[in-house]
Amino acid sequence: MADPMRIRAQVAGDKATVRVLMSHEMESGQRKDSAGKIVPAWFIQEVTATHNGKPVLTAEWGPAVSKNPFLQFVIKGAKAGDKIGVTWKDTKGDTRTDEATAS
Amino acid sequence: MQTRRETLKHSAIVAGLLATTGLFPQYALAAYNKTAFEAKSLAEVLKAIGAGAPVESKDVTIGGPDIAENGAVVPLTASTVLPGAKQMLILVEKNPAAMIAMFNLTDSVEANVATRAKMGQSSDVYAVVIMADGKVLFAKKEVKVTLGGCGG
Repeated sequence: MADPMRIRAQVAGDKATVRVLMSHEMESGQRKDSAGKIVPAWFIQEVTATHNGKPVLTAEWGPAVSKNPFLQFVIKGAKAGDKIGVTWKDTKGDTRTDEATAS
Repeated sequence: MQTRRETLKHSAIVAGLLATTGLFPQYALAAYNKTAFEAKSLAEVLKAIGAGAPVESKDVTIGGPDIAENGAVVPLTASTVLPGAKQMLILVEKNPAAMIAMFNLTDSVEANVATRAKMGQSSDVYAVVIMADGKVLFAKKEVKVTLGGCGG
């Protein structure tokens, strides 16, 4: 199982800026190892963000998103205490979900 | 005893197998738009997701550094001030596959996302916004990379 995500949701007015830092190798499938073999691609493909359990944003990613990906987005109509959840799924079928409280 | 010809044939088969195991099985996910993420150019990506011809718009903003010292981590932002954005794409023209990320927006989020991308070399980067009415708008910006982030 992958390491937990770091999620921070900061409320300003009625909007919450959510910053997510995921822990993932994001192997592009372009790199070669010391033996000259291509390192197989392994990256996060799908990301879903929820606000109090309701999906608000989904994303599809390619292998060109950086290692340990960063994602920032803004949720409208959010207030302190709201639950912000983020789920990702990678090319090996691994998934991870983490939740944070907006403040 | 193997002849040279047989050896060559075998290595070709093995190479083929490696390519298959190494590159393709992870694309088994149904919803994932594999074609779009393998496309080489903006036009091909838009075709793969079924969007129309793009129009450059000053209402769409692509944010990023003018010069990125490390191509492995290039912060990019895409945003628009227009209401009714449905999808946002971030693309890097000269990467092996142009599409970096595709965001499906809902009414509950602002059309403003940021992430970090790998860039192989200096290139134009694009933010593409697909509106609910089917219009496709884009903005582009050149990012110079001093150290590439792909290959190794």
